Amino acid sequence: MNETIRELLTRVGGLPVAVTELEDGADLYAAGLSSFASVQLMLGLEEAFDIEFPDNLLNRKSFASIAAIEQTVSHILKAREAA
Amino acid sequence: MSLPAFAADMALSARAHRVATVAAEFADLVDRDGRFPREAVDAMKAERLLGIQIPTGFGGEGASITEIAEVCSILGQACASSAMVFAMHQIKVSSLVVHGADSPWHMDFMRELAGRQLLVASATTEAGIGGNMRNSICAIEVDGDTCRLTKDATVISYGAHADAVMVTSRSNEGAAPTDQVMTVFRHGQYTLQKTVDWDTLGMRGTCSDGFLFQGEAPSAQIFPKPFAEIAAQSMLATSHLLWSSVWYGIAADAVLRAQAFVRAAARKAGGTQPPGALRLAEASNQLQLLKGNILSGLKHYEDARLDPDRLSSMGFSIAMNNVKLASSEMILTIINQAMIICGIMGYKNGTPYSLGRHLRDAHSAQLMISNDRILGNTSTMLLVQKPDTSLVG
Repeated sequence: MNETIRELLTRVGGLPVAVTELEDGADLYAAGLSSFASVQLMLGLEEAFDIEFPDNLLNRKSFASIAAIEQTVSHILKAREAA
Repeated sequence: MSLPAFAADMALSARAHRVATVAAEFADLVDRDGRFPREAVDAMKAERLLGIQIPTGFGGEGASITEIAEVCSILGQACASSAMVFAMHQIKVSSLVVHGADSPWHMDFMRELAGRQLLVASATTEAGIGGNMRNSICAIEVDGDTCRLTKDATVISYGAHADAVMVTSRSNEGAAPTDQVMTVFRHGQYTLQKTVDWDTLGMRGTCSDGFLFQGEAPSAQIFPKPFAEIAAQSMLATSHLLWSSVWYGIAADAVLRAQAFVRAAARKAGGTQPPGALRLAEASNQLQLLKGNILSGLKHYEDARLDPDRLSSMGFSIAMNNVKLASSEMILTIINQAMIICGIMGYKNGTPYSLGRHLRDAHSAQLMISNDRILGNTSTMLLVQKPDTSLVG
């Protein structure tokens, strides 16, 4: 999952730094992630993992770092398994 | 004065109305000369309106966004420039109240602001960023306990008349354009060299000149939170809501003037319906729609206020964007309607029904953060966020 997220981030993130140099916990907004790019990233994640982000997770915190995205996506995948 | 009479005298709306009386007296002069509404702002200080939002623990009155919106509307009915200065000041104060409560320097500043009625301006726009305040080119230089900043600020509303300016910048020389902080600089800690003159169609009294800002202050004056959080959690909502409240005031006064015109015509017509009467009914309908739009936005903010996740959610941003878009467009329709009702008496300056200033001031609304930019942001968010279909919410 970490790899898929990093791939997507490289493709749509438009960051001025190389994604490979970002730690999992690094703040993506501070690294230069724009709000437009963050939406492109969300759309990419929905496509890649065949999920849909519920409205309550569509906030800055859920996408603030690679680790946060992993957590958000895992949370949705787990909730789906349980259902 | 009896205690109940004193209480009524000290009520926020009574104080706002007294300031509005002063603002109305000088409104045409301020507009004509494009000068700062000094008398109105002095009256705000005398009535202690500048510190109402500061919590009571810091010497303020802990006024809610709804109470402040009402003051904006009352002032907007008298002089839009004065009202906008008040609104912009309160937007800066909201950042202090929401994000400064953990920082000793900002807590002291809140106490002083309430005590001495300090007027705070904002320097968020910069040459070269294309109007997007969530990007900065300039970077703050932190050198131990001191910070230094130079900013080519294309707009600092009432910058030359403020007691402090809150300035955004990149957090350090190596930071990305979106990695921003905001710093409070007090009068005496900065110089302003005027670069752009504010000679505009309307809102002429806000004196939103451009300046080369150069400041040096203790580093403790940098807000401890990233500007991204400040923008999302206090500025976005308070800007759209308080601006809209000022605009509502402009439109409300236009409708009031149109009604006075129709009444005068009705008295002369001796029983027949004057021609503007139906349009007045329409204008009153539109004004009520506008009021409903702003009130629902205020309720939305009051409900979300204490929940940072909700404040930075897309659903909330879309709701606030929609308040701004609708208010800024509707006021033009309403004031135009009032102008048609009052006819040449509305078009002329210096009559009791004059609406030229209202119309010119109102035209700024679609441009203060361009509606096209806001529509663009909302359309991006709607690629993932479902539209709000609830009625009561």
